[in-house]
Amino acid sequence: MKTIRPLAILGAAALLVAGCSGGGGGGGNGDGGGAADATGAIDIWLSNNEQELAWGTAVVDAWNAENPDEQVTAQEIPAGASSEEAITAAITAGTAPCLVFNIATAAVSGWVRQGGLVDLAQFEDGASYITDRGGEGAEAYMTDDGFYQLPWKSNPVMVMYNRTIFADAGLDPDNPGMESFDDFLAGARQIVESGASQSAIWPSPTSEFYQPWFDFYPLYLAETGGTMLVEDGAATFDSDEGRAVAEFWASVYAEGLAPQEASTDDAMAVGTTAMQLAGPWAIASYGDAVDVGFMPVPTSTGSGDVYTFADSKNVSMFTSCEAQGTAWEFLKFATSEDSDGQLLELTGQMPLRTDLAATFPDYFEANPSYETFADQAERVADVPSVPNSVEVWQAFRDDYSAAVIFGTSSVEEFLSGAAETIDGLVAE
Amino acid sequence: MASVPATELRDPGRLRASRRRWLGTQPIGSLFSLPYLVFVLVIFAYPLGFAVYIAFHDYFFTAPGVEVAKPFVGLDNFVTVLTDERVLESFRNTGVFLLINVPLTVVLSMVLATALDSGVRWASAYRIAFYVPYLTASVSLVGVWMLLFSSGGLINSVLGPLAPSPSWLISSSLAMPTIALYVTWKQLGFYILLYLAALQNVPRELHESAMTDGANGWQRFRAVTVPGVRSATTLVLILAIITGANLFTEPYLLTNGGGPDGASSTPVLLIYQQGIQQQNPDTAAAIGMLLVIVVGLLSLTANRLTKES
Repeated sequence: MKTIRPLAILGAAALLVAGCSGGGGGGGNGDGGGAADATGAIDIWLSNNEQELAWGTAVVDAWNAENPDEQVTAQEIPAGASSEEAITAAITAGTAPCLVFNIATAAVSGWVRQGGLVDLAQFEDGASYITDRGGEGAEAYMTDDGFYQLPWKSNPVMVMYNRTIFADAGLDPDNPGMESFDDFLAGARQIVESGASQSAIWPSPTSEFYQPWFDFYPLYLAETGGTMLVEDGAATFDSDEGRAVAEFWASVYAEGLAPQEASTDDAMAVGTTAMQLAGPWAIASYGDAVDVGFMPVPTSTGSGDVYTFADSKNVSMFTSCEAQGTAWEFLKFATSEDSDGQLLELTGQMPLRTDLAATFPDYFEANPSYETFADQAERVADVPSVPNSVEVWQAFRDDYSAAVIFGTSSVEEFLSGAAETIDGLVAE
Repeated sequence: MASVPATELRDPGRLRASRRRWLGTQPIGSLFSLPYLVFVLVIFAYPLGFAVYIAFHDYFFTAPGVEVAKPFVGLDNFVTVLTDERVLESFRNTGVFLLINVPLTVVLSMVLATALDSGVRWASAYRIAFYVPYLTASVSLVGVWMLLFSSGGLINSVLGPLAPSPSWLISSSLAMPTIALYVTWKQLGFYILLYLAALQNVPRELHESAMTDGANGWQRFRAVTVPGVRSATTLVLILAIITGANLFTEPYLLTNGGGPDGASSTPVLLIYQQGIQQQNPDTAAAIGMLLVIVVGLLSLTANRLTKES
C-alpha cells in the first residue's frame, strides 16, 4: 500500500497541473483554421425533424451533383438534452461541423463569446446577401455588430385550436371572436364550463428557459407591436403592456383555464385541451388527427395585424470549419429562392425572406391553410441577441412561474424584479 | 538527463532500498493495480482538480485555439452562489429530501431485509419485487409516477375529496416529499440486498440465547439485529446521503425542472442549468465544491454516529 502512495501522489499532481493549465491553450483568434476562401469537403448538421431531413438530403444531393470537389456530408444534430447543448459541447471540443441549420437566436451570444462562430460579414458578399434576402429585419439578428447567423426560417406562433371542441362548446370554429383578452377569457371559460374539454389552453408550465416563447412572449410582442424583451440594453416588459399580458395569463391560471402541471401526453392530440400556441409545423404534425384552426394571439384591445414570436431557426458557420469558402457557397445555395421554395414545400416552414407570399404564390394558392402563416410571417420578432441570453430568459421564467403560474408572488413583483435582474445580466 | 549517484551504483543494497521505496516490495502487484489507479486519477482526480481550478477563476468554455483571459477571482464565485436565493433554496430542498429519504431508507430496508431473512413465504418473489424498481431506468418509472400523482391521476382519484390541492407534484410543500418517497421506493431493493448480506454475519446463536433469556421478536431485533448490522447501516447511511445529495433526474423529470417555482430544485439541477445551459461553469463548479463539502460533512457525521463505542 505504501508503495502506491508516491506513485499516486506524483500521478495526481501531474494530472492536476495538466488540468489547471487546460482549456486555455492555443493562440488563435477565434476564426479557427479555415480561411474565408478555402474550399473542400464540409460537414453540416440538420435538425432531426423528418421533413427538414428530407429537405436537407435533397439540397445536399443537388449540390454534390454539381460540385464533385466540394462534397457536403449531412447528418442529424447529435442527440442531447437539446440541440444547443450538443452544439456547445462540439464547439468546446472542436468537433463542430461547418454549418448547422438549426440555430436558436438565444444561444448565439454565448457561442460568439466561446469563439465558436464565424462572422458571415467577413465574406465579401456576406452582409449584402443576408440583408438582401431577409430585408431590414435581418439586422435584428446581429450580435456584436456581426452576422453570426443567417436568418433562415420562421415558425410564426399563433393560437391553434381544435375546431370540434370549439363547436361542442358553442363557439364558432370559423370565427371564434377571441381576439381581445376579455373575449379570449370568455371563450376559454365557455370551453371549460361546457365540459367540451378539460382545459381551454395548455402552455407548458415547466421551468425551462425557452418556455416564455410559447406563452408570455408572443402576446407581449403582439401587445407592443413587436418590442423585444430587451432593447437598448434594458428590459422593456416592466410596462403597462407587460402588466396587461402577465395579468391575462395570471387570470388564465387562477381561473383553472390552464393546468399548472405538464401534460403527461399530447394534450391537443388527446383532446384534453382546446388550444395551444404553435407554428405552421403543427398543420403537418396533427394532420387528420385533429381538425385544427388558427387565429392570431390575443391583445388587450383585440387589434388586427398583430406581431408574434418568429420562433426562427437560423444557420451559423463554425470557426472549426476549414473549408469556409465552400461552406459559404453552400449556405447561399441552401438559402436560395429555389431551395427556400423546396423548404416551404417539404416542411411548411416560412423562409425568412422578404415578400414571402409574392415569391411563392403557387404554393400558397395550393395550400391555403399556410397562407395565414405567410401573412403572419410579415409581422414577427425574435428573441433579442443579448449577452447572457439564456440566463436572461431563465431569470424571466423563474419569476414569471412564481407570480403568474403559481401565484406565490405578485405580477408587480415579477415585472420589476425580473426587469432589474435582466438589466444587470445584459450589462455584464 | 539525471545521473545515478555513483554511491548507488556501487552499493546494491541502497539500490534495492531505493527501488523498494518507489516500486514497493511487490512491483508486479503495483503493476496490476496501476490500471485502476490510472482510472481513478483520470476519471475522478483530474475532473475534481479541474473543477476546483474552475471554481476559483472567471472561467468559461471556449473553442480550441481561442485565447481568452480567465483570471483568478478568489472566492467571488462562492460569494455569488452563496448570495443567490435559488442556490440556498436548492440546498434547503436537499435537506428536506435527506430528512425524509435517509431515515425511511434505513428503517424500511433494515426491517424488510430482516423479514426476508426470517424466512417469510414467497421471500424470493418479494426480493425480486423490491429489486426491480432499482434496476429499472428512472426515466421510465418517472412516467408511471407522473400518471399516479398528477392532478387527475390514480392516487387523487382514490383519495377523492381528500386529494391535496394543489396536487402532489405542483404543491410547494408536497413536491419534495413526493420525490423523496419515490427515490426511497426506487432505491430500496439495493439497500435491502446490503442488509441481507450483513444479516448473514449475525450469529444465530445470539438470537437463540436471547430467546432463551425470554426476549420477544422486537427485543431481539433491537438488541441483536440492529447492533449486528451496524457496519451495513453506516454504509447505507453514507450511500443514501451521497445519492440523495446528487439528486437530478427526479426533479428534472417528475417536477419538470425543480418546480413548482423552485420548490424541488436541487444543487445538481442548478449545476446543470448554470454550467451547461447558461455556460457559467465557474459558478456551477462553486456549487459543486459546496456540495462536496456538505456531503463530506454529512457522511462524516453519519460515520461518527454509527461508530461502535
